Amino acid sequence: MTVKSTVGAPTAAPGHHGTAAEAGPPDLVQLLTPEGERVEHPQFSVETTPEELRSIYRDLVLVRRFDGEATSLQRQGELGLWASLLGQEAAQVGSGRAMRPGDYAFPTYREHGVAWCKGVDPLNLLGMFRGVNHGGWDPNEKNFHLYTIVIGSQTLHATGYAMGITKDGSDDAVIAYFGDGASSQGDVAEAFTFASVYNAPVVFFCQNNQWAISEPTEKQTRVPLYQRASGYGFPGVRVDGNDVLACLAVTRWALDRARNGEGPTLVEAFTYRMGAHTTSDDPTRYRIADELESWRLKDPIERVKAYLLREGWADAEFLDSVEAESEQLARRVREGVRTMPDPDPSSIFEHVYAEGHAQVDEEREAYLAYAASFERDDVEGEDN
Amino acid sequence: MAVDQAFNKPSTMVKALNEALRRSLDEDPKTLVMGEDVGRLGGVFRVTDGLHKDFGESRVIDTPLAESGIVGTAIGLALRGYRPVVEIQFDGFVYPAFDQIVTQLAKMHARALGHIKLPVTIRIPWAGGIGAVEHHSESHEAYFAHTAGLKVVAPSNPVDAYWMLRQSIASDDPVIFLEPKRRYWDKALLDPDGTAELGLHQARIVRPGRDLTLLAYGPMVKVCLEAAEAAAEDGQRLEVVDLRSLSPVDFDTLAESVTRTGRAVVVHEAPVFMGMGAELAARITERCFYSLEAPVLRVGGYFAPYPPSRVEDAFLPDLDRVLDAVDRALAF
Repeated sequence: MTVKSTVGAPTAAPGHHGTAAEAGPPDLVQLLTPEGERVEHPQFSVETTPEELRSIYRDLVLVRRFDGEATSLQRQGELGLWASLLGQEAAQVGSGRAMRPGDYAFPTYREHGVAWCKGVDPLNLLGMFRGVNHGGWDPNEKNFHLYTIVIGSQTLHATGYAMGITKDGSDDAVIAYFGDGASSQGDVAEAFTFASVYNAPVVFFCQNNQWAISEPTEKQTRVPLYQRASGYGFPGVRVDGNDVLACLAVTRWALDRARNGEGPTLVEAFTYRMGAHTTSDDPTRYRIADELESWRLKDPIERVKAYLLREGWADAEFLDSVEAESEQLARRVREGVRTMPDPDPSSIFEHVYAEGHAQVDEEREAYLAYAASFERDDVEGEDN
Repeated sequence: MAVDQAFNKPSTMVKALNEALRRSLDEDPKTLVMGEDVGRLGGVFRVTDGLHKDFGESRVIDTPLAESGIVGTAIGLALRGYRPVVEIQFDGFVYPAFDQIVTQLAKMHARALGHIKLPVTIRIPWAGGIGAVEHHSESHEAYFAHTAGLKVVAPSNPVDAYWMLRQSIASDDPVIFLEPKRRYWDKALLDPDGTAELGLHQARIVRPGRDLTLLAYGPMVKVCLEAAEAAAEDGQRLEVVDLRSLSPVDFDTLAESVTRTGRAVVVHEAPVFMGMGAELAARITERCFYSLEAPVLRVGGYFAPYPPSRVEDAFLPDLDRVLDAVDRALAF
């Protein structure tokens, strides 16, 4: 697969007076329509082999199946909470697949599809939602940072990491993931400033899923989000976030810019959060069903499937095999979560410091002695 | 480097800190200095003077004026394998970075179950007594000491400032390094080629005595030493302990001292209410209860915003207020 386009960034459309939530044409980069037709864009293109397209389809389906299973596991009480990515599969798989292994991703708490593309075991993502840890995976193993819950904080970490890449003289690059709500955070503004001033090799990948819990994008911005970049002196692009090929092409272009010393890029993936903010949320209180239905017609997976079938690159056997694999994944996730052990309570005191701390040590000892006193009582009770 | 000759005569704390940064930068190419005006200007207190010239703008980084951004990007640099030493220009300007410090820097090592380390040192010119405008005199150590995952230290003199900064930068844990700005220009003989006398988190008995223990740190150590000198004229033999580290606290040294003297007065600039002194008094009471002849008393700032400079002397503990508390403790 190649991205041919290396031309300059699209400039913001002058005189845009619409509200932020208006769909983006003609600014929206799209390569695969909701009907599954390949279209050309004057600046961005991507060439895919049938095999690569099937692989993309597989990623999308597996990620959605994993996500659905996690939602079910929350309903069954196996997880305390789940933040579904439903509807955002293309934005995450497209951008995730654009990364090289050496590239580093700084996610929010919803980037399950990016994690999948980086090779992170999906079970790793579920620990924090089950409540057995706060993340716990080694970020350097797959170059996928821990989920960050404080909105926008990770954009600064991504920028600092990218500044380090520049100092190392490496051609790695970084993607900072965030959402439309986070775009209002001071940390995101500061990340844009630092990245711009130091020309850091970072791609700011904003999934504008239209809703920050109950607040529509109009509560965050008067201008389309991608246009914010121009004020910081780097390009901003709005891409159809439900078009995996467009997300792949635009993210690759942005990562290449970063690698080539051209600095940061803002990518606004225009998408939709089809589910609730989390399993604790009830979106029927703040948005209408019609909106959901209109976005259902832009489903990120259906269009890839239609394209594959139209081109004769996939048949029922292939679709069935992906379906079967997704059920296998769901089963593995289900079993993995149900057998995920609770940590020992004394683990509270582990890893508070890398080099230890006298008061933590003291409290650990006191806790262990206290806990042991109950165990002794139990034994005595049995004797009686 | 022709540095040794420069240390034949007493050095200010500013110079000691500068030398600690210089040697850390020199020894480890991963060490970075970053903050507002730390480059060409050398910092508003000149602590980073000359470093930009000698190590270049890739190592000594003038940052945008955004404290959360400074700490947030320092975290990212640490994740990439760097060892950033961040300067917050004044104590009262750390709050925009408070979120990054508390929610990210302090917790990330635990969040990753130890897989990653955050060797970030945050230097803060701290506390009052220099006749400054609002937000330039604050003693906010309790906020940081109350946060698990952070280490908090405060040197009281140039020699400790040098060694403790070296040790903080070498630490794999995040360290809040509080610099008593009213002591920046105090001088002492420093041998940067020597070795550290104490570990980073050890307290020091700076004046032995047997009648009462004064517990202090940072700028108040000097005040307590002066108080002990004055009390000696009245035949009171006061011991002075410099905590040096506020998280963790070296309670063994504190308890050993108070067990001997039977009395303790804690002195800090920060408001007494909910301050470090409350924790120190409680722990000392727990550990030394049967040795105590008097309740642990506290002397500190009042529970009010730090006052305008014309009246800051009334807010800050001084020799007389310390001795007043000493007299009350000895009267039990």
